[in-house]
Amino acid sequence: MSAVEAGGEGAGAPSQAIIQVTDLVTHYGDRQILKSVDFSVNRGEIMVVMGGSGSGKSTLLRHLLALEKATSGRIVVDGVDIGSASRKQLTELRKGIGVAFQGGALLSSMSVADNVKLPLRQHTRLNEDTIDIMARLKLELMNLSGCEDLMPAELSGGMLKRTGLARAVVMDPKLLFFDEPSAGLDPVTSVELDDLILKLREAVNITMVVVTHELESAFKIADRITVLFDGEIAKVGTPEEIRACDDERVQNMINRRPRKDPVDANKYLNRLTAGAR
Amino acid sequence: MKKYGVEFIVGIFVLIGTAALAYLAIDIGGLSGGEDDSYPLVARFDSSSGLKEGAHIEIAGVRVGQVRSIVLDSDSFESVVTMLIDEGIALPEDSMASIRTAGIIGDRFIKVSPGGAEEVLAANDEILETESAISIEELVSKYIFEE
Amino acid sequence: MANDQSLESPGVVVGTVCAIGRSAINAVQQAGRLAMFFVTTLSRLFYWPFPFAEVIKQIHFIGAKSMPVIIMAGLFTGMVVALQFYDALIRFGSVDLLGSVVALALIRELGPVMAALMIIARAGSATCSEIAIMRNEQQFDALDCMAIDVYRYVMLPRLVAAIIAVPLLTAVVDVVGIGGGYIVGVLIQDVSYGAYIGGMVDTVQWNDVRMGLIKSVLFGAVIFCVVLAKGFYLHIEQPVSGAEGVGRATTEAVVLSAILMLFTDYVVSAFLL
Repeated sequence: MSAVEAGGEGAGAPSQAIIQVTDLVTHYGDRQILKSVDFSVNRGEIMVVMGGSGSGKSTLLRHLLALEKATSGRIVVDGVDIGSASRKQLTELRKGIGVAFQGGALLSSMSVADNVKLPLRQHTRLNEDTIDIMARLKLELMNLSGCEDLMPAELSGGMLKRTGLARAVVMDPKLLFFDEPSAGLDPVTSVELDDLILKLREAVNITMVVVTHELESAFKIADRITVLFDGEIAKVGTPEEIRACDDERVQNMINRRPRKDPVDANKYLNRLTAGAR
Repeated sequence: MKKYGVEFIVGIFVLIGTAALAYLAIDIGGLSGGEDDSYPLVARFDSSSGLKEGAHIEIAGVRVGQVRSIVLDSDSFESVVTMLIDEGIALPEDSMASIRTAGIIGDRFIKVSPGGAEEVLAANDEILETESAISIEELVSKYIFEE
Repeated sequence: MANDQSLESPGVVVGTVCAIGRSAINAVQQAGRLAMFFVTTLSRLFYWPFPFAEVIKQIHFIGAKSMPVIIMAGLFTGMVVALQFYDALIRFGSVDLLGSVVALALIRELGPVMAALMIIARAGSATCSEIAIMRNEQQFDALDCMAIDVYRYVMLPRLVAAIIAVPLLTAVVDVVGIGGGYIVGVLIQDVSYGAYIGGMVDTVQWNDVRMGLIKSVLFGAVIFCVVLAKGFYLHIEQPVSGAEGVGRATTEAVVLSAILMLFTDYVVSAFLL
């Protein structure tokens, strides 16, 4: 499957890196979001991307998913250069990738079961019975058996997330992205979801990229953590390394200290007017 | 069962809509399925001023057909009008076609006055006796200048 | 980009010129997006298999569920047209023309426009907010990530359903409207039955019906292209996200689709008359 055709120039990284981001710069309108980000994820690990709001972690995720076009830089996912990939290459790549969005992003016109079955129905030629069994299996894994016929509007926030996760893994992807697993959930549900992520890794052994701002869940599930700060990577390392890191920005985040960089009045005004345009 | 319901309702909707469309097109719009039930006749007029394609052909005030085309004969500078007459109406050879107006400002139509000959006109025959459109302006000027 | 500098110290004149320029650029961008959206969606017609089931579902939503309101609209339109024209025609002593006038007005102009307006109000606004909510909840991102073609599975069925349903609804408005005119003209005002129906049949040509048909097909395409695109480009066009963005997008979609519909109406009439 993993034809490492990326070998070409630049990539140079060992083949265990499934995601390789080199010097990624992105803008939103005129505003620079990511400033030269280098980032890599190895096969089989759980990489957690952390950062406060506005740090660019969601933007990084959207670029990894090829939902946005970068200003410059190179993103190689599983041997495919996302910037220059054809639509067909991208389609093939995406069949091997699962994405669990923040709010589940379930199609509101379909039941839970149909949502989970959607990728199978679109991309495989399996018969309806097999599809049904596979969907049930994944829903069971997410503790959602019995919810098959509910509509997304009838589900709670945690159930939506879990259904989204079930849909993301129904094709048995080798790479799974998870956006804010614990945002908007009560602590108990949040812990459940973390356990679910670990259980999933044991069960199917996939590479995961989890974007979150929750410290506890990050330290619990991560093999490695990337800390983003204002569009730059502050630190990459194992949870222990992050805890021990003496970078002030990282320490502030871990100890939940508010950022206290002096606010320049002019800059602040400019930011306000930029938003108004 | 639910799915079946939707399909049924859509079916009803499409049927009603199509029926309405067909009524408009065929009954009111006069879109006939072809020209099988009529035959063409030709007539030449000095002037067919005001006559339009689709205008009525009447005999004794009853509609019996419509004008299919109006073209200019570039040799004689006459207006050549092709009429479609309903099948089953046999016109004697010496019938006369005249362009008339419904009321003072109404539509122009062709009035056919059947003659008394034994022979009848066949498809694509020509009605030889014609009477052109009467122009009110011409009548008025004639009246004024002949005084 | 260039006008950013001038924004730092906008004089009144420069500021106004910049504002005009900005809105012109926006308008052109939006027109371009709409055109691209339409072409991209239509290009998915040639992909197989075609999502028939979804089209049926959308015809049910756009067409069948609009029937009650369409019938009411058609009935009252026909009745009021007959009433107004009766009052006008009686001054010239030509009430016999009532059937012709009502039928022509309905078939060529009022039927398509009334049907289109009702569809914008009922199905268009609902479709726009549905699509906008899908955008808001990242459903399109999710579909992209699942390598499922959004244009093919979400947009095309709705557009095709509209192009099928709108002409049918228009025909229903026409026929019901003619019936409404009959109620007012013949039953209430005592115009003769023969003059009403006969005059109508004599006057209305296939060309008139064809004109109404062409209009309604185009209206269906224009309206749904606008409401779908307005919802789809929520994140680009709206300054605010969330429920407020959805509301704004829907309002804009209703206004824009109505205006574009009337503009199309004029263009088609000018070409076909």
